[in-house]
Amino acid sequence: MPNNATRLPHDYLRHDKKFPHVWCPGCGNGIVLGSLIRAIDNIGLEKDEIVMASGIGCSGRLPVYVDFNTLHTTHGRALTFATGIKLAKPSLKVIAVMGDGDATAIGGNHFIHAARRNLDLTAIIINNQIFGMTGGQYSPTTPYGCKASTALYGNIEHAFSIAELAVTAGASYVARSSVFHAKLLDKIIAQGIQRRGFSVIVAMSNCHVQYGRRNQMGSPVIMMEWLRDHAVRIEKAGDLPAKDLQDKFTIGVLADVDKPDYIEEYQKIRERAKEG
Amino acid sequence: MTPPKKKRKKPSKEPDDYWKIKKELKEKGIKLYNQIFFRDWCKACGICIAFCPKNVFNRDKEGKPVIEKPDDCIGCHFCELHCPDFAITIQERYPDRRRKKNGK
Repeated sequence: MPNNATRLPHDYLRHDKKFPHVWCPGCGNGIVLGSLIRAIDNIGLEKDEIVMASGIGCSGRLPVYVDFNTLHTTHGRALTFATGIKLAKPSLKVIAVMGDGDATAIGGNHFIHAARRNLDLTAIIINNQIFGMTGGQYSPTTPYGCKASTALYGNIEHAFSIAELAVTAGASYVARSSVFHAKLLDKIIAQGIQRRGFSVIVAMSNCHVQYGRRNQMGSPVIMMEWLRDHAVRIEKAGDLPAKDLQDKFTIGVLADVDKPDYIEEYQKIRERAKEG
Repeated sequence: MTPPKKKRKKPSKEPDDYWKIKKELKEKGIKLYNQIFFRDWCKACGICIAFCPKNVFNRDKEGKPVIEKPDDCIGCHFCELHCPDFAITIQERYPDRRRKKNGK
């Protein structure tokens, strides 16, 4: 542990895991990790109360560095493992960390059905608009016309929005922020963990190495500026004309519905069965 | 029986003119901040240098930040929140702390 840095994340990091971490210089994953630690510290949860599950990808390394109960699972299946943990021991707070390809391409089916089932989980999806670790292939969230290693002449498919998908699928808390808006990210992660039901937090992140370099944004600073300029607060988005919102994304809380989660419903059925 | 351990006197970290400087700063309405930089964890991404509103940092040969104007820092904590490698800490230089009882 560095002795001259007294800041908060060092209380939660596993210092035997070879720091500095493996991510590229300026990667947004580090900022999301910092936000997650600050959010958990703000709520005041114990380290043992939290389980983190992750899939494959750059985001899969995230639970390795924090001193909670952690699980590194197969590609796209972070939510299924998290579902199992939550059903076995409902008192735990289960957080699944996924990338955009992990959550919506390989694990897309698991994602929409976890949202529909409304189990009390928190899914943090780091959206860097590309498959970063595997070599820059385009993902379901790569914007139309952007270049990737498997779309050399520009992507001809259209991207979908993860947050709007989660709202439609029935998640009870959906919020989006970007790594530039780290304070908002702290707030929504804390709210997402505290809300009952399935909460989805989409963190728009930067991948300047795989995505940015191919699209004339080859440095973390340029990509952070892109995130700053293309984010619109959801409170202000209603007043703007549709033309201004075309290539932008909204940040803030998109859905906040209070409805009974899967565990509560299941408990009711168990009690009813015992009576009869 | 073991002899009672002698209590070693800790050297006071507080400089003698701590409260004097703090009072002067309070009258002027200025707050000063310390930037603690952990060089070994820095990967020279340049986020802190580019986004600092007061240009406190300057770039060195390796691209890592050098704290050039520590007194200009306004304590917005942007670099602390956005450092992906947890390499920067911002602390108030003269925080409110309890005055020592036997001190003057």
